Amino acid sequence: MSAEKVISVKELTKRFGDFTAVDNITFDVKQGEIFGFLGANGAGKTTAMRMLCGLSFPTSGEASVAGFDLYKNADAIKRNIGYMSQKFSLYEDLTVRENIRFYGGIYGLTDREIKEKSDEMLTQLKLGEQVNSLVKSLPLGWRQKMSFSVAMLHSPKIVFLDEPTGGVDPITRREFWTLIYEAASRGTTVFVTTHYMDEAEYCDRVSIMVDGRVDALGSPTELKEQFSAKDMGGVFLQLARKATRSDG
Amino acid sequence: MKQFTYFIKKEFFHVWRDKRTLLILFGMPLMQILVFGFALTNEVKNTKIGVLDNSKDETTRAIIEELESSRYFDIYRSLGSNADLEPAFRSGKIKLAVIFPENFQDQLHHGNKASIQLIGDATDPNIATTLINYATAVIMDYQRNMRGQPVYPYTINTEMRMLYNPQLKGSYNFVPGVMAMVLMLVCAMMTSISIVREKEMGTMEVILVSPIVPIRVVIAKMIPYFILSTVNIASILLLSVYVLDVPIQGNLALLVGLCLLFTVTVLALGLLISSVAGSQQVAMLISLMGLFLPTVMLSGFMFPVENMPIPLQVVSNLVPAKWFYYIVKNVMIKGLGFEHIWKETLILAGMTCFFMAVSLRKFKTRLE
Repeated sequence: MSAEKVISVKELTKRFGDFTAVDNITFDVKQGEIFGFLGANGAGKTTAMRMLCGLSFPTSGEASVAGFDLYKNADAIKRNIGYMSQKFSLYEDLTVRENIRFYGGIYGLTDREIKEKSDEMLTQLKLGEQVNSLVKSLPLGWRQKMSFSVAMLHSPKIVFLDEPTGGVDPITRREFWTLIYEAASRGTTVFVTTHYMDEAEYCDRVSIMVDGRVDALGSPTELKEQFSAKDMGGVFLQLARKATRSDG
Repeated sequence: MKQFTYFIKKEFFHVWRDKRTLLILFGMPLMQILVFGFALTNEVKNTKIGVLDNSKDETTRAIIEELESSRYFDIYRSLGSNADLEPAFRSGKIKLAVIFPENFQDQLHHGNKASIQLIGDATDPNIATTLINYATAVIMDYQRNMRGQPVYPYTINTEMRMLYNPQLKGSYNFVPGVMAMVLMLVCAMMTSISIVREKEMGTMEVILVSPIVPIRVVIAKMIPYFILSTVNIASILLLSVYVLDVPIQGNLALLVGLCLLFTVTVLALGLLISSVAGSQQVAMLISLMGLFLPTVMLSGFMFPVENMPIPLQVVSNLVPAKWFYYIVKNVMIKGLGFEHIWKETLILAGMTCFFMAVSLRKFKTRLE
């Protein structure tokens, strides 16, 4: 694994009025890494991720994503990242093919690129037969996998996944993680937030946010040693219990 | 630019796939024109009246005939006695009763004076007044004919001419109003709903993360509704000319141009709503309460603005539809040229720029 940093965050803070959603966080993510971003509800992970994607301006601090400064080069960042939101983000009243064409189109892919990419993607997801059916007719698991592939359509350097496996059955979750591994093995950096502790074990490195701060950072093995827990769930519980703010 | 065409295509898919909304969009102008044209009208026509003829002589019969042959009245039935009056009014079968006293003709010929009683149902005061006036006019006409030339040495004759709408047709008044209403609904409500829907669905986030420029997202959203509106403008104008016989007196190009200007105004309003509303229901509610209602109440289409209390008149100036209604009425019905409406057009254009600027600003800050 090359040691090139693709995400570098320094003392990043986001305040909404009196409320500090993200409090002075600092971390780096290396290229090709699967970086797990954990935290209880309201711990600030989504806010942090939204800042890195350019959906929200930081109050203070520095960050660079894919080698571009968050403040100065937001447009360059946008071209180099993929994003899968917490909510299902494909158009249900469009067909599989129309969705692919649309998202390919807004990333400026040529018709030929879109064709190649979508063929590749449809074979990988075994969606060939459903290409002309409306997305709302697909089962949830397939839709989630398709959302991921659509986020990967323009071969971004980094892909941000915001709780991608929420509400999905265990088998589909396994398949989903296979897709993530494949993407990482091709050199894409994966930045993923999750609630599932078993998924945390799949990550190369994990950060755990509590009350807007990064309280722990390291590989799952390191963290388990550090907190002398037998699994990531144990680590998480020890940290999350300290939290002073609940749902938010 | 290519991104942009993909976006517009996608918007068309949304509109096209949603058949129910599509039906409403195209059916609404048709419905409104037909409903306002043929059902909801405040013209007095073929009103049922009751006649109580206690005299039953030549003169009363002649007057009754006159009343019946006018296009305003239909004799519902002849009433037998005073006792029949009350039930006939109460059941709503008649709106006006004409009562001749006994020996009407004798009194008229020998006493030189006879009276006819007119009783109107004043639950709707305007209609009652109109009916009484019409009936009086018919009776006066009869009297004049009976007497031949007036015998007074000095007479003042009033000659009336109803300009721009000689037949006093209600449709002249409401076609411009319906146009404002339909554009309000199609553009403002649909645009705001379609933007808010993307916020609700979460697709807006994904679009905003992509390199597409936000302003293009907004414009791409507006284009399908702009095109739909042009179709609606065309269908309203065609319907009013060929079905309702309301001619376009003024310059057609000017009229269409001004309609398109108003479409842009309303699109901007829709965008403004979408930046405030968090859900589709809220967007719809704001469109209805904040746009549609003032359009109906304060544009002068239902109620004349001049008769409103001063504060309401002031408020009505803020309603874009008021200016649009004024412009369309003047161009379409009166046939005036641009030189007579440039002030109103300027106001409308100013409003459009203002709304557009505010909503684009708001749209941007929302992304942060």
